[in-house]
Amino acid sequence: MTEITHHAPDALLAAYAAGSLPQPFAIVVAAHISLCNDCRAACAAHEAAGGAVLETVGEEAVSDALRGRVLGLLDAPSVPEPQFERVGIFPGPVVEAMRGRPPRWTPLGMGIRQCILASGRQGSARLLSIPPGRAVPDHSHNGLELTLVLQGAFSDETGCFGVGDLELADQSLEHTPVADDGAECICLAATDAPLRFSSLIPSLLQPIFRI
Amino acid sequence: MTPTPTKMTPATAWMLAVRDRRDRAAFAALFDEYAPKLKGFAMRGGSSATEAEEIVQEVMLTVWRKAAQFDPERAPVSAWIYHIARNRQIDVFRKERRPLPEDPGLPSTVDLDGGAVLAVEQEANALKEALARLNPDQREMIERAYLGELSHQEISSQTGLPLGTIKSRIRLGLERLRHELRELR
Repeated sequence: MTEITHHAPDALLAAYAAGSLPQPFAIVVAAHISLCNDCRAACAAHEAAGGAVLETVGEEAVSDALRGRVLGLLDAPSVPEPQFERVGIFPGPVVEAMRGRPPRWTPLGMGIRQCILASGRQGSARLLSIPPGRAVPDHSHNGLELTLVLQGAFSDETGCFGVGDLELADQSLEHTPVADDGAECICLAATDAPLRFSSLIPSLLQPIFRI
Repeated sequence: MTPTPTKMTPATAWMLAVRDRRDRAAFAALFDEYAPKLKGFAMRGGSSATEAEEIVQEVMLTVWRKAAQFDPERAPVSAWIYHIARNRQIDVFRKERRPLPEDPGLPSTVDLDGGAVLAVEQEANALKEALARLNPDQREMIERAYLGELSHQEISSQTGLPLGTIKSRIRLGLERLRHELRELR
């Protein structure tokens, strides 16, 4: 397995630990942490900082009724939360976003396929599959785009990205990711705004493809 | 220079009694310690007193049910409870489940008398002290960040809130965070 060289920046991990990331980004960060021990530890350290805030932010007395209720509920039956394990190349959080089912790919043209995992006011998360050697059309971003490689690799103006690597792109980056030779490159990508393609896929089609 | 403690904190001892023996008296003690903090934390984050008590109930019941996952070599009690509190708050207010990383399946603590637990606690304590020494504005920003009130972009533009790997490297991470907090002062 290749070493992960592109990590989640601290601000992103802090926002994830604090629960303030929009859902599509939280899926990507949770998937990256599943693959990356460095970022898992960094996230734990942010939670330690959160714990320090919890310890010092100030107390409010709780009612006796609450104490009695909680102690009385210890034996109450509870439904365990479902746990999602890795399936093939897909980390647990991605499997959860796919609701435990295999991806349903939609062709985007040029051999590129996508599978939308989440889409809403908070942005969207999708899987993208790019044939070896194929470029993803030139695009720039209205907001922030996070891309996590799950299979294969891609390269763009900023570097090479292999399995587990996370790329952050914003308005300032107009890039052309090209899938490396070898396997199809499969990525998990999340945006908080629609992508703007500067060529190939006409912007008219964007609402249809929900890109 | 603070002397190195030789005994774990009461909170860690209670949490281990809950984890290993399902000790109800220890859970009651944990409740008395953390319920008022959790309520204060939730209200500081904008919840009403009633909502805050609902969150306290959810969080403390989760602490009881998921106690098997507590590992004092990896995280101090406060960090573990903070993690649960953020999950519950998202579940309750956003009606969505926060995506969580896969469980790394690390072996649970074997060496309870070893220094690792004490080291984690010591660093958590140092972190708390470092927070207390910040000037009020900086402290407010840190609090708002970990209360979940700042977006990722807002945190980026504020200050690089830091860090470090599993087990022993968590210690380095905490150490680094403490340094960064110190530099903020």
